[in-house]
Amino acid sequence: MRTFDYLRASSLDQAAGMIGAGATVIAGGTNLLDLMKLQVMTPAQLVDINRIPGLDEIEESSAGLRIGALVRNSDLAADLRIRRDYPVLARALLAGASGQLRNKATTGGNLLQRTRCPYFYDTAMACNKRDPGAGCSAKGGEARMTAVLGTSEHCIAAHPSDMAVAMTAMGAEVELQSANDRRTIALPDLYRLPGEQPQIENQLSAGEIITAVLLPAPRPGSIQSYRKVRDRASYAFALVSVAAVLEMHDGRIGDIALAFGGIGARPWRDPSVEAILKGEVPEAALFARAADKLFETARTEPGNAFKITLMRRTLAATLREATGLTTRSIGTDIAGEAA
Amino acid sequence: MTETFRMDKIQPRLLDQTRQGLIGRALDRPEGRLKVAGQARYAAEMPMERLAHGVLVRSTITRGRVSEFQTGSLDGLEGVLGLWHGPKFLRNAAQGMAGAAPVQPADRVDYYGQPIALVVAESFEVARDAALRLKVTYEAERAEVDPRKASEVESEDESFGDLARAMADGAATLDRRFTTPPQVAAAMEPHACIAEWSGDRLTLHGALQMLQFNRKELADSLGIPSDNVRLLAPYVGGGFGSKLGVGPEAVAASLAARDLGRPVRVVLSRQQVFDFVLRRTETKQRLRLAADENGKITGLAHDDRVSNLPGESFSEPVNAATHFLYGGTNRSYTHEIARIHRPASGSVRAPGEAVGMLALEAAIDEMADTLGIDPLKFRLQNLPETHPETGQPYSSRALAECLEAGAAAFGWADRWPAGSRSEGPWLIGMGLAAAGRKNMLIKSSAKITLTATGAIVETDMTDIGTGTYAILTQITGEMLGLSAAQVQVRLGDTALPPASGSGGSFGASSVGSAVFLAAKKIRGHIAGLLDCAVDDLDLTDGLARGANREARLDQLIETEIVEEATIEAGALEDSHFQSGFGATFAEVAVHADTGEVRVRRMAGTFAAGRILNEKTAASQCIGGMVWGIGAALTEELLHDPRTGHVIGRDFANYHIPCHADVPQIEVTFLDERDDQANPLQSKGIGELGISGAGAAVMNAVAHAIGLRLYDYPATPDRVISALEKADR
Repeated sequence: MRTFDYLRASSLDQAAGMIGAGATVIAGGTNLLDLMKLQVMTPAQLVDINRIPGLDEIEESSAGLRIGALVRNSDLAADLRIRRDYPVLARALLAGASGQLRNKATTGGNLLQRTRCPYFYDTAMACNKRDPGAGCSAKGGEARMTAVLGTSEHCIAAHPSDMAVAMTAMGAEVELQSANDRRTIALPDLYRLPGEQPQIENQLSAGEIITAVLLPAPRPGSIQSYRKVRDRASYAFALVSVAAVLEMHDGRIGDIALAFGGIGARPWRDPSVEAILKGEVPEAALFARAADKLFETARTEPGNAFKITLMRRTLAATLREATGLTTRSIGTDIAGEAA
Repeated sequence: MTETFRMDKIQPRLLDQTRQGLIGRALDRPEGRLKVAGQARYAAEMPMERLAHGVLVRSTITRGRVSEFQTGSLDGLEGVLGLWHGPKFLRNAAQGMAGAAPVQPADRVDYYGQPIALVVAESFEVARDAALRLKVTYEAERAEVDPRKASEVESEDESFGDLARAMADGAATLDRRFTTPPQVAAAMEPHACIAEWSGDRLTLHGALQMLQFNRKELADSLGIPSDNVRLLAPYVGGGFGSKLGVGPEAVAASLAARDLGRPVRVVLSRQQVFDFVLRRTETKQRLRLAADENGKITGLAHDDRVSNLPGESFSEPVNAATHFLYGGTNRSYTHEIARIHRPASGSVRAPGEAVGMLALEAAIDEMADTLGIDPLKFRLQNLPETHPETGQPYSSRALAECLEAGAAAFGWADRWPAGSRSEGPWLIGMGLAAAGRKNMLIKSSAKITLTATGAIVETDMTDIGTGTYAILTQITGEMLGLSAAQVQVRLGDTALPPASGSGGSFGASSVGSAVFLAAKKIRGHIAGLLDCAVDDLDLTDGLARGANREARLDQLIETEIVEEATIEAGALEDSHFQSGFGATFAEVAVHADTGEVRVRRMAGTFAAGRILNEKTAASQCIGGMVWGIGAALTEELLHDPRTGHVIGRDFANYHIPCHADVPQIEVTFLDERDDQANPLQSKGIGELGISGAGAAVMNAVAHAIGLRLYDYPATPDRVISALEKADR
């Protein structure tokens, strides 16, 4: 039997010490337990952080919101401040997983969930993420759910989170703590692209733990949209998704942030795409140029090439609604009005 | 042995004369409370002392031989009781009603994921770990896994008249190619068993659908007399065909349990269910249609290719419904079976109709469009008088009535031109399809014991969630004038009289008829006790009345009355073509940008003879229609193109419709009696709801976007691909 030690941390310092010594954090466990049953992950030590006080609160300040790492996805989606000021995040959360899973899943755990690439999940299949150097059997395989941006020869896995896509569009930061240090990094910097070492997925140093996500101050009046396209109406990972936060001034696109799910090795944001749109009058040709830019470096497999077309159409539809070219439908909100 | 009743001639409609008021009623499942309270014990849940736990080991090559199980890789694992493999192991489950051992490949491997050994340990966790750690070496051989490129293809042809002539002469013709993906049954309860020996007698608690066949399959696989095998399956958590035959887990558990002298439990993980439980084959289909200037079909051809492992007797009868739904004198069929090394295929709910009608009913719809005729009208005007190939009369066939009543209820007359209605970005369409599924009667026995306080019904029939307990309670209560509470039904035990089992939609009618006949015999005894003619006997609410006499049953029955009856199909099976019929309607919204499809309304009108329980019958139809949504929109089993291995082996990746995909579904039954079918005048219903349902959804998609898709399911990528080709 694969035995493991289960440790329950009562303080951050204690947890940091255990992690530094090699323990794996368990919070909601919605992903880790599945992976352990399949022996995709075989940690020798688990440190349970659920009882550490103070990590499950949402605090307000002039700078924005500080969301504790243990805030459950359901609670975050239901929070009035989130629904009112950050509707794109509430929408993204509710587009993810199922009610039961969201009740358990935590903010920090959602950010660090592993890819759902089916070849990663099957220990008989070669996977560089699971077994460095083994090869990538998703390449040349059934690649429907894999990524087209940020991939490498060694890994084409997609990051599965919806929440992280919305947070990326909002310019969220992540607060990290280790035994003797505390630092804050931009959310996109949390993630590492696969390159030659797809088994290293994030920039956490040994002993570091996510303590909170910081959302910048709300932008009342901003138009926010989360649009997820999937193979069934609920409980499915994104084929593609778009999180958009933008402002319109005098018929032109003002500040705009776009993040994309389902297509990237990490929640994808590309400032050069936003630069094409900012200051311009919205129209179909402009949206197409933005999509061209987005996929400039795309690498496809036969099974996932459709994602480019699907994303082009989804982005255009999202931007048409958000910029007022067509009527808004459910999923597109005005911040400050949506509570 | 009791004498077997053959269904050679029409029987009186006794259930229309009885007055207990149970038959047909929407009776709740008598065992429902046990199930929702977790008190109904399923196969893996039987409490056992000294239970050992087995986990199957799978092959990680597609084809070849196992050269060595490196047992050294398990050294030091505390609690491992042993490793079993060898010539008795099954390659895959038996096909439905085989009644004999399936392929036993010894050290051969025929597909990736094949169970090749069983590790047994003191705990499940140790067994699972050992199964994952066990190192196996193989001699691998080249394997074909692509049905399109298979070099070994068997082929069967059948034709009537001159199709080529009909195609050449038709005022309108259609020639379309369709594909449907492999699918899985996805029963909620994974396949599981506990095997326990007492001397040379084996008891197996199993998740199985057809016990009298399963008993023979297991005995034959083990090389022991079937009299030495007892199977127990009082509760089964869904089957849909995937539990028709005994599977590798049952044989492996039995072998280990015998050697260990302890009960052994084997429960498949969800991933293993995907790895080696019989799947539904993928299909490639070609439909050709010719019609004259009046919109009458003159030619109809249905060609298909399916796949299976070498040595499997089953092949999906894709053209099953095409033979009998529509007229046309010139008809042709080619059925090809590609022998490839994907996991074996077998019966999954409505084998044949479920996938064949996806293509047939879409082609019929497109032909109507081509002719400029409403698809409802086109179907109505092409219903044959008699079976178009055999000339048999239909027993009862309310297809036209279902189409018309269903259309009226759904608002079909208000349908708009294709591609002309939108609500914001959503394009709205309406579609329909006929439903048809052949009716069967399979030899079945049942025993009833009537005492002063009530009746006990016994048969080895199963209830796989379908409502067998309920309907047998109702038939018995109706016939004997008892309340539902006075009837106790015992199922799922091979020690009881053998029945059809659950499969092919024939269970309710087959075993229900045996129960009916046993009850009828008991009515004869009661008439004797009351000294009246049996035709004068009325049994209602515990009172026996006849010849101006009345007696309370509990006073009349001094000693228990026991009767057993057996029924089998007779002359009426051949003299009349029997099928359930129906019509399914769907309204969908298709997102013009993303290609997402949402079913907004769905309704089915069905005629399947006497409905035994309105609630469980409607549940069967609703379930079938949900499968139709899955077939049309979401379900697709993926195989690795190099190894044939199933990819995405869980419900996060294999997309059965979730609640948000399923709208309100209305089910209506037309009042019908099928006198040729059986003494209950009922017909099969378990697979009727799925037969055609997916095509109704796909036809609605075509109506919404004004374009047709020929590859199921209509996932967003396929829908936008069609839109892009049309520059939209």
